[in-house]
Amino acid sequence: MIDIIIKNLPILVVLTPLMMSLIVVLISNNFLSWLLTLFTTLITLIFSLLLYQEVYLHTAISYALGNWVPPLGIEYLIDKVSIIPIIIIALISFLATFFASKIMPAEINNSSISKVYSLWLLAIAGLIGLVTTGDAFNLFVFLEISSLASVALVAMGGQKDKQALVAAYNYLILGAIGATFYVIGVGLLYGITGTLNLADLSNRIAEISDNKALIAGFGFMVIGIMLKAAVFPLHIWLPRAYAYAPSAVSVLLAATATKASLYILARILFSVFDISDNLVTYTLQYIILPLSILAMFAGTIMAIYEKDIKRLLAHSSIAQIGYITLAFAIGTKASVAAGFIHLFNHALIKGALFMAITSMGFYINKRITINNLSGLGRAMPITFVCFVICSLSLAGIPLTAGFISKLYIIKASISADGIWIAFLILASSALSVVYLWKMIEALWFHESPKEPNIKEKPEIYIALLMITFLNIYFGLDASIVVNSSFEAANQLLGVQK
Amino acid sequence: MISSTLGVWNYWIVFFLMMIGLFLVIGRKNLLKKIVGLTIFQTSVFLLYITFGKIQGGTPPILNNINETVYSNPLPHVLILTAIVVGVATTALGLSLVLRINSEYGSIEEEDISAEDLIDYHDLIETSKKISVKFKK
Repeated sequence: MIDIIIKNLPILVVLTPLMMSLIVVLISNNFLSWLLTLFTTLITLIFSLLLYQEVYLHTAISYALGNWVPPLGIEYLIDKVSIIPIIIIALISFLATFFASKIMPAEINNSSISKVYSLWLLAIAGLIGLVTTGDAFNLFVFLEISSLASVALVAMGGQKDKQALVAAYNYLILGAIGATFYVIGVGLLYGITGTLNLADLSNRIAEISDNKALIAGFGFMVIGIMLKAAVFPLHIWLPRAYAYAPSAVSVLLAATATKASLYILARILFSVFDISDNLVTYTLQYIILPLSILAMFAGTIMAIYEKDIKRLLAHSSIAQIGYITLAFAIGTKASVAAGFIHLFNHALIKGALFMAITSMGFYINKRITINNLSGLGRAMPITFVCFVICSLSLAGIPLTAGFISKLYIIKASISADGIWIAFLILASSALSVVYLWKMIEALWFHESPKEPNIKEKPEIYIALLMITFLNIYFGLDASIVVNSSFEAANQLLGVQK
Repeated sequence: MISSTLGVWNYWIVFFLMMIGLFLVIGRKNLLKKIVGLTIFQTSVFLLYITFGKIQGGTPPILNNINETVYSNPLPHVLILTAIVVGVATTALGLSLVLRINSEYGSIEEEDISAEDLIDYHDLIETSKKISVKFKK
């Protein structure tokens, strides 16, 4: 029994949420559907942790779907690179589901809760599938599963605020354009090489030099994925989608959705194409590097002038995605590893911040703007303390997870002769303190309009406490994250470099 | 020159459809027309894939025991079958969103919607300010 499970782990992490989403939609009892969702995400998390162990035993697991041997059949490939986003998605989805228990019924009609959880699991299955698959076209299908499910989830916010519908619409249109661009790219590459398997594709691309269709295909794929990953300036859909989505959905999407796409971006740039190729080097140096630096500042400055807190956090996400792509763009082993460290840590930080803010929104039952938050911190000490710790983590204060990732990004940029990049990172981190302080000031130092009578519910703050604990834990002992990220970078960039 | 240009006329059609579709998505202000554009854009990609699959003189890939038959590549067709399903799902979700937007806003023109949203947003910030001022006194 255990043997069979271990053998089929790569497909089980995808199939468990996918199949359970079909069962959850049939359950009419809201609490039961939540419990089943929680159970499913827990199983997925356990499977992904087992997978982590397996990957480090065997270096890479290749799973032939339906016993059709790759490269002809569809391959599910789990190596030291893809295990990082799998763990992120499984962990965050478990914590977010735990968090959703009380938050979800407050915002969604009773009759549609089980449908929301079904979509929720579908989105998770799509995201995990996106990461596990080693087939370029299968990747597109999962990309669309996850994005259609998240669009529907964002649109569920329309029961409270009609702007969610417009946000979901924009997300759908831009997401579909991104996915179609990706398919055009895959089609062109298939036309040249005759294969869809990512590993096989990389071997055959290495044999071809100077083909215009290859360059076009590369461009289409990278632009499509950058649109999905909300890399500046292709981020327009993100702030609205996160701001108007139901609270629990914001937590899930903010922490996982763009991370999976960023992983795909790294995979295309470093694994399918070769980093020593001029095509990739120029893309990194002249397109992604400047755009990331712009993203760091544009995202931070937009966040400083923003009044709606969920939008503020979304703008700050754009800046943080900038850090990750910047680390990828430097292109050395240390910097790619730093990018993966930040990928993991940012998921923890943004998940925690969205949890803290949306649980405050739950108690005041109003749109969460700076003014509505006045003095709320004193009424809800536990949530406030978690919020402050995670803010410090976002700003990169020592002893928190955010410090570790910033440290490694800066170290990598200095060792790659980019001291000016290190300065820019420090400057943008300093700017991020401005908007974080703006929120903390409103929460603690402003007079509250009337003494709000709030009792914090344990169902809501336990998930927040757990994720805050992880933020501190990975700030004190980052060895697991750092080691796995360096292993991932080794595998991506090859051993010789 | 002419023969090589006409020889790839399929790709010209793909190119034109792609541009028409993308233009509609970007240029039109009507939410429904944007979805029409998106569908045309996706259809152009289907045609692109089908074109790859065709081999000159190739027959449908059905085994016929004659040794020197040239078969067309069936894989792109299968891929496009999947992509069509995905496209239908996208269109359906988009149309249902447009329906809901129409019933909430009473319009599917982008200008009307963004105008209403802008008023809503500023109102919210202003009123919450006023309320907090009132309570301070």
